Amino acid sequence: MADLEIKNLHAQIGDVKILKGVNLEINKGEVHALMGPNGSGKSTLSSVIMGHPDYEVTEGDILFMGESILEMDPEERAKAGVFLCFQYPVAVPGVSISSFLKKAVDARHPEGKAPSGPFLKEMRENMAFLEMDASFANRGLNEGFSGGEKKRMEILQMMMFKPGMVIMDETDSGLDIDALRIVSKGVNKMKNDDMGLLVITHYERILTYIKPDHLHILMEGRVVMSGGPDLVKELEEKGYDWVREQAAATA
Amino acid sequence: MPEFDTDSKLAQEYKYGFYTDIEQETIPKGLSEDVVRIISAKKEEPEWMLEWRLKAYRRWLKMSEPRWAYLDYPKIDYQDIHYFSAPKKQEEGQEMDPELLKTFERLGIPMNEREALSGVAMDVVFDSVSVGTTHTELLEKEGIIFCSISEAIQKHPDLVKQYLGTVVPPSDNFFAALNSAVFTDGSFCFIPKGVRCPMELSTYFRINAADTGQFERTLIVCEDDAYCSYLEGCTAPARDNNQLHAAVVEIVALNNAEVKYSTVQNWYAGDENGKGGIYNFVTKRGHCRGHHSKISWTQVEVGAAITWKYPSVVMEGDYSSGEFYSVALTNKKMQADTGTKMIHVGKNTSSTIVSKGISADQSSNNYRGLVQVNPGADNARNHSACDSLLIGRECSANTFPYIESENASAVLAHEATTSSISEEQLFYLRSRGIAEEDAASLVVRGFCKDVFKQLPLEFSVEAIKLLEIKLEGSIG
Ligand SMILES: Nc1ncnc2c1ncn2[C@@H]1O[C@H](COP(=O)(O)OP(=O)(O)OP(=O)(O)O)[C@@H](O)[C@H]1O
Ligand SMILES: [Mg+2]
Repeated sequence: MADLEIKNLHAQIGDVKILKGVNLEINKGEVHALMGPNGSGKSTLSSVIMGHPDYEVTEGDILFMGESILEMDPEERAKAGVFLCFQYPVAVPGVSISSFLKKAVDARHPEGKAPSGPFLKEMRENMAFLEMDASFANRGLNEGFSGGEKKRMEILQMMMFKPGMVIMDETDSGLDIDALRIVSKGVNKMKNDDMGLLVITHYERILTYIKPDHLHILMEGRVVMSGGPDLVKELEEKGYDWVREQAAATA
Repeated sequence: MPEFDTDSKLAQEYKYGFYTDIEQETIPKGLSEDVVRIISAKKEEPEWMLEWRLKAYRRWLKMSEPRWAYLDYPKIDYQDIHYFSAPKKQEEGQEMDPELLKTFERLGIPMNEREALSGVAMDVVFDSVSVGTTHTELLEKEGIIFCSISEAIQKHPDLVKQYLGTVVPPSDNFFAALNSAVFTDGSFCFIPKGVRCPMELSTYFRINAADTGQFERTLIVCEDDAYCSYLEGCTAPARDNNQLHAAVVEIVALNNAEVKYSTVQNWYAGDENGKGGIYNFVTKRGHCRGHHSKISWTQVEVGAAITWKYPSVVMEGDYSSGEFYSVALTNKKMQADTGTKMIHVGKNTSSTIVSKGISADQSSNNYRGLVQVNPGADNARNHSACDSLLIGRECSANTFPYIESENASAVLAHEATTSSISEEQLFYLRSRGIAEEDAASLVVRGFCKDVFKQLPLEFSVEAIKLLEIKLEGSIG
């Protein structure tokens, strides 16, 4: 059994059915890429894995480390080790990054409170590693951040929380070349046998930094094709129409 | 000390809701010239003070209660209130009543000089009288007077005569007139020329007796180049009847003087059905009398069933400035109509208004503010930012900003926003492992940041905690 198992997942918002039977298995230590046209349901899948209250799961299951997480609140899933890098990180004005990170780190601590000294040291080191200015720690969370700064902030959080399963929803979108390199550096530093990774992207580029073991293609709420790393090149050359034809032929 | 059920839901939310069973001396209910005379006599006041009170009383009789605020409450029966209640006096030279000491310990206010908070001088007003002031000797060395207003009337009559009623005259409004007639206690702070007060001055107001009104009177004077920071806190027992607190606070700042006045108001607010709670009708005004003087009001209002309060600054001195920073939280059935008045009189005066209203449950939270620029106030500047945060769908928030400018050189900027805690913010924070209630309080705390950072550090920590406790149960 895989560490993260998505089984025949159907999800909808209101009456709009978006996921129509997604199957996906990811183990810790593996990197999976997920590609697919706009509107195919990639962000929806991320939100449903994280437990967004607006989405209703009508069929199927999500298992993490062998247990269904569908009944768990988002905060419980987070504490169990699931982490989502948001496609559109949300601003919380007036809440400084350091106090926010402390609160989130405390929530994971067995005694409910992590010692401040080591926390601050780790935060500063990670910020330096991501080439973020130290003054960021006092800024409001994502308040007035540029698109690239927001994405870096997501990676900083990932480094602080050390999750077991990470979903990166288009973390590469809107990044300049340097930022993409820095973000990838952060991810690669974290990558180990205790962390699984699902990289959602539209571009081949990030996958040259973060090398996937598997690639899946999502279309209209279903995974229609899976393959090894070579599939990336093939898809880049032939496009989604080719995937559609293939999918139709095998259906 | 009789307990109110400390396990009850109310006790969890409002731990100050207990009352102290001590012998009190209370005069019969009702208001008349005789009652004014009795109060004055109890305080052993000089004749001029009695005359001042009587004049205010006669004036009050001709006035009517203001009803323009966005508040809905039953008619107040002014004859159904005790106007004076005080703990029975101890024999001369005896320590404070142990029950009282216990009460203040429970409220987190160490009263004996040994344990008194360092860095904060306290005056404590229990119902109608001040029961003790700490650090007075240390302050005297600097020439600072910090005592109850009753004591000041006896020991420093010239100063009191010079300043009392010069910022808020008894005829100012209905509640100010009532207060001037029957005020019982409050603090007097006088910082002489050139002195920076080395510690926080603080008054704690406690209402204890039932059916008793509290009529606080506070007067703060900073002479040329003087500075002080003053903090006021207040609590009351949880009772089913409404109780009246009608206060007047006056501040005078001479040339280059600066006064920072902070309030953490946590009167009992009534239960979830709107039963009980304090009616808080307050006139607070500062007068920047000298050039380059500065008066700053910071208020965190989380209690009282009804709040009617507009701390104001009259900027008469050239280059003087006024500031108003406010967080007003209402929940359950609370109603607040609060804001400020910034009156620009002198040249090159500037004012800042930052108001954060938070309403939850079925409460109503209204900001009412006036920025007035007089004809002679060349180059007046004001910046106002009034933000409302709604929690849930049954509450309401309104903003009433009034601007009256009679000088074309004035530069006035006003911003207002209304928002609610968004689902997306909550989901984002929760996806980081932060529980829903903590996530909501984090959003609220961020919303209030610009005001909290004005408070002295230890009080800002208190204020954040208070807000969190108040919001428990209103979120989710
Ligand atoms: N709250 C919502 N209400 C209605 N429809 C929604 C909602 N959220 C998503 N959808 C719809 O679900 C579909 C999938 O959206 P989703 O954001 O998951 O796509 P995506 O694959 O992430 O696209 P992109 O590549 O553009 O990020 C879209 O058609 C979208 O309009
Ligand atoms: Mg998307």
